[in-house]
Amino acid sequence: MTCPLGRDKDRRDKDRRDKDRRDKTVARVRLGERLAQWMFLVPAMAYLLLFFGYPIVKNIVMSFQQYTPTTFYTSTAPFVGLRNYSTILSSDLLSKALLTTVLFTAGSLLGQFVLGLAFALFFQRSFPLGGVLRSLLLLPWLLPLVVSGTTWRWMLDTDTGVVNDTLRNLHILSSGVPWLTGTSQALVSVILINIWVGIPFNTTILYGGLQDIPTHLYEAAELDGAGPVTSFRHITWPLLRPTVSVVLVLGAVYTLKVLDLILVVTGGGPADATETIATRSYELSFQQFEFGPGAAMGNVLIVISLAFAIVYLRANRRARNV
Amino acid sequence: MRAPKRGRPSTIIGIVLLGLMLFPVYWMVNVSLQPAGSALRGSWFPFHPDVSGYATAIRDQGRNLVTSLVVALGSVLLSLALAAPAAYALAQLRVRGADLVLFGVLVTQMVPSIVVANALYSAYNDLGLLNSYLGLVLADSTTGVPFAIIVLRSFMQGIPQEIIEAARVDGAGRLRAFRSVVLPVSANSLITAALFTFLFTWSDFLFALTLTTTPTVRPITLGIYEYIGAHTNQWNATMATAVLASVPAAVLLGLAQRHVAPGVTGGAIK
Repeated sequence: MTCPLGRDKDRRDKDRRDKDRRDKTVARVRLGERLAQWMFLVPAMAYLLLFFGYPIVKNIVMSFQQYTPTTFYTSTAPFVGLRNYSTILSSDLLSKALLTTVLFTAGSLLGQFVLGLAFALFFQRSFPLGGVLRSLLLLPWLLPLVVSGTTWRWMLDTDTGVVNDTLRNLHILSSGVPWLTGTSQALVSVILINIWVGIPFNTTILYGGLQDIPTHLYEAAELDGAGPVTSFRHITWPLLRPTVSVVLVLGAVYTLKVLDLILVVTGGGPADATETIATRSYELSFQQFEFGPGAAMGNVLIVISLAFAIVYLRANRRARNV
Repeated sequence: MRAPKRGRPSTIIGIVLLGLMLFPVYWMVNVSLQPAGSALRGSWFPFHPDVSGYATAIRDQGRNLVTSLVVALGSVLLSLALAAPAAYALAQLRVRGADLVLFGVLVTQMVPSIVVANALYSAYNDLGLLNSYLGLVLADSTTGVPFAIIVLRSFMQGIPQEIIEAARVDGAGRLRAFRSVVLPVSANSLITAALFTFLFTWSDFLFALTLTTTPTVRPITLGIYEYIGAHTNQWNATMATAVLASVPAAVLLGLAQRHVAPGVTGGAIK
């Protein structure tokens, strides 16, 4: 009578021991798994923390400190509260730079997008050499910005540049346009150059978006008697919308950061006409050694970029869902 | 697609448009081949190509070209070494919080370099990393590492689990499986990531400008910038240097064509 029960108990004990052992093995495997995962991830994460996390925190701290050229030898930078922020606010530095940044970003985005879309639509038709031309178009985007900036600076020179030379030879102008030296022209010139740099990127991404639109939709629309304008409005544009938002937000984030181009082409001049928040931050920190206000200026830039980052991630999610 | 008979006019329009877009590139090459004095009113075509601009450029900037090459190669190595394992973990190993890490990687692309430079300057000053190759390689990789993680991850997501598991069953450790299965399979995306990281680093200007203070370690972009400041009358030499600095981009476009489009869109949508 007790025998079967005892055997039952034995079996149950054995089962439990087995289960325990299995659990332990599973736990050990899981732990191993997790350790391995971390081994793969940790180096990159450590790098990102050191080279993005630390600078962001450090920049915030610096914006509340007073830095002078001697700070780097004595390493004492007293805290000054919000004084750096009030400096950039009261001296008009920020508001002027903010306006220039907005104009520069909006102008660049608008031009890049419209021309980029035009190129993308153009390349969508198939014609001999289309693929080659489309890839050659990428060259302006792949060149170092310093190279493009230097070339444009030479081309737009008031007296000796090829642009004014051509305008004069065509008798459109008698004297040269001060593209880079006129206070009202310089910003427009810098925007035009940045549009030139950004067209290839916009074209490539928008072309990719256009390729994803099924051709049978166009065929059906054509059967229904829709012209190119109608099918653009009712097929292309709605289906391209997610790509459009991605390209605009990425463009905004890249344009906000632009610094190389402006420093090379105009150096922020003439009379600060092309000073953006980014170039101001550079000048404050690295030319005037006012790292405190420079950091404060940089933080403003981060806040703006972050706002766009949030929009970007939203747009990105929408693009993936479509 | 449209009927091919409409093709010919489109090709002509395309060539004209592209000619306009690439005119600055042509002009750069043209000016670089003009003799030193006449560059002030250069002709439209270098009828008598003069390479003295290049001679000056190599004499003045040869060292800086080598510096750029060393820094760019170093940054490619560092970026891939950090990004490839991380991309693998994010794509294939079910890491807890992977979305958060990926979010962080995406956000780093929005951080303005001037902010990074601002903070790194004082840190580098303390660590003695100003004017060093290592300092520039580390700072320049801030573009390469996130970009490579995103490009490689989106590729590695497509690797079938079975081939990795097959290697594991055959007794390969996790590291072994990564090295002898995942990496070879990902060769193409590794090349894309490497080429673009090279190009980003080669083009870097801001870190070169802020994190070097002496001519000892001076990348070519900074060399060009100082040319503009110093002798604006030597435009042929300046443009020759610009042409030399454009070589990697031209090579990428000419020889590694199939890696270009994935690289341009890679950091963006995937």
